[in-house]
Amino acid sequence: MGRIGERFARLRAQNKKALVAYLCVGDPSIEASVELALAAVRGGADMLELGVPFSDPVADGPVIARAGARALAAGATLPRVLDVARRLRAETDVPLVLFTYANPLLVRSLPRVMAAARDASIDGLLVVDLPVEAAGELRGEAAAAGLDVIPLVAPTSSDARARAAMSVATGFAYYVSVTGITGSAAAPLEAASLAAGRLSREHGVPVVVGFGVDSPEKARRAAGASDSGADGVVVGTAIVRAIEDARSTSDAARAVHALVKSLRDALDAP
Amino acid sequence: MTTLPGTFGAYGGRFVAETLMFALDELEAGVREILRTDEFQSTLRELLRAYVGRPTALTRARPLATALDPDGVGLADVWLKREDLCHTGAHKINNALGQVLLAKRMGKARVIAETGAGQHGVATATACALLDVPCEVFMGAVDVERQAPNVARMKMLGARVVPVETGSRTLKDAMNEALRDWVTHVAHTAYCVGSAAGPHPYPSLVAELQRVIGDEARADMLRESGALPDAVVACVGGGSNAIGVMRAFLDDDVALYGVEAAGDGVGTARHAATLTRGRVGVLHGARSYVLCDDDGQIQEAHSISAGLDYPGVGPEHAHLRDTGRVTYLAATDREAVEAATLVARRMGILVALETAHAFAKVAEVGRRESARRGRPVSALVCLSGRGDKDLGTLGAWLEASGGAR
Repeated sequence: MGRIGERFARLRAQNKKALVAYLCVGDPSIEASVELALAAVRGGADMLELGVPFSDPVADGPVIARAGARALAAGATLPRVLDVARRLRAETDVPLVLFTYANPLLVRSLPRVMAAARDASIDGLLVVDLPVEAAGELRGEAAAAGLDVIPLVAPTSSDARARAAMSVATGFAYYVSVTGITGSAAAPLEAASLAAGRLSREHGVPVVVGFGVDSPEKARRAAGASDSGADGVVVGTAIVRAIEDARSTSDAARAVHALVKSLRDALDAP
Repeated sequence: MTTLPGTFGAYGGRFVAETLMFALDELEAGVREILRTDEFQSTLRELLRAYVGRPTALTRARPLATALDPDGVGLADVWLKREDLCHTGAHKINNALGQVLLAKRMGKARVIAETGAGQHGVATATACALLDVPCEVFMGAVDVERQAPNVARMKMLGARVVPVETGSRTLKDAMNEALRDWVTHVAHTAYCVGSAAGPHPYPSLVAELQRVIGDEARADMLRESGALPDAVVACVGGGSNAIGVMRAFLDDDVALYGVEAAGDGVGTARHAATLTRGRVGVLHGARSYVLCDDDGQIQEAHSISAGLDYPGVGPEHAHLRDTGRVTYLAATDREAVEAATLVARRMGILVALETAHAFAKVAEVGRRESARRGRPVSALVCLSGRGDKDLGTLGAWLEASGGAR
């Protein structure tokens, strides 16, 4: 079992929900990203999604799209994101998931980029525009490198598609709470949590809920009850917005820490 | 990848967020169960005849052949497929009418589109006005400025034009924004894609709707000249007019040429010659050739023509390039303007700057094909659209370069 599986097993034994924090690496700088990611871990994140900035982030709303543009302007590239992962691993044992669009992977040699990710202590990959049937080659190369590949399931996925995604999921699966882009408002979180919980129990693979989770109260709703809800929640846009709104890296680190801690407390409250 | 639906060799497929997969399945079912029925086809045919003005003319352009090749060594004749004579002034209406009619039959309450030069936006706004469907068009802020007449046309037709301020603020970013809107409103919104690009089934759907260009041209060539042309030439941005004219000739002994935009030159950083200088990657839902850097970041394209100013290309063209069935050349901004000027003065036809790229390579096609066949050849050019929208750009260029000859 990899770091991701171990983490979920441990959380389940403690009857806790997973808190996954997303950061866009390179926003506002590579250096700052290391500090901000560690602030999220100190605030109580169980896992980090390291966003690889992409020039054309069609699945992202304006907040994360702006962060990606800043990161690219600051010189972020996939190898530099992997450098950040390596530096984080020296400080923390939380699982690290590469959150990326397909093109930065596909322009490279897949076996080589998978090996580089493994050497940088990456534990899994989530490729937002690589649906299950297009990800076969990636899954093969990732498995060879010992990396998990996390599929997305949406409310619009048919039962057959959801089953197909769950049957190839390694590590965990990501349930998109809304039909929309990241940062969308008014997500039906309770329904998403129940759907995620159902998939998790049916397939024996943890399922987390993401998109539209931006407050302690929403985190609780997205996580749901301990017996019927999701295995955890992902918070992205709220963290990226806190970084955007901060005046300095140390301000941003304080804000990220406070935000993640408030989410952790909400998830852990009885 | 070859086992996926909607692939052309190693290209095409579906590279989109999971949320959109059901909408693409739904559209694919609509194509199969609605668009391909006799009833739909006859309704569309009648609209194309009585509203668009099809079949469009085939014009013999001897003066142009003579001007391009005074000795008559390479070019025996040039023929023009006159898509500029379509209602709205370009081939885009063939596709937009088909897709909007399909959207309506599928019960969609709203249609969105992306546009570069504004021709597809105008075509979609037109189809939506005729068929009474609300329409929103995403257009890069740079293009809103350089194609102002088309923005005014879309507004007059009742469409809402949404300027896109992200990225390079051109066609690629307009498509990003349209995809974002579609993901968010996918249940009741249809996305009318303007080029033979994007995720399956769009490249096939658009090619199917544009195929009428080639079918008409092929029949007219046989009737009016008694033979097929030796070569067919079309401009390629995403590649919808090109695939529309080429599909009818794929199995014939006819050389096919696509002409991309070379901007300042394919040796410079400012061009849009995706098939000539790009590499294989994924953009806007399909695997094809793209302009991107070593990190996989999509690069900005550059062309004087907003409609060719795109760092991707339809996946079928990628396949046709690799198999060698189609030869892809590239024409610079300057060559395109010179060709537009020549066609205007020799033929009295003001062509779109996109189309002008095809004309810029007709003489070269004549040289290549006459050398291969050992005799002067006939070339059919897809005259994809009229150039009224480009008068501002052309005027500024001619002024800056000291006037035309």
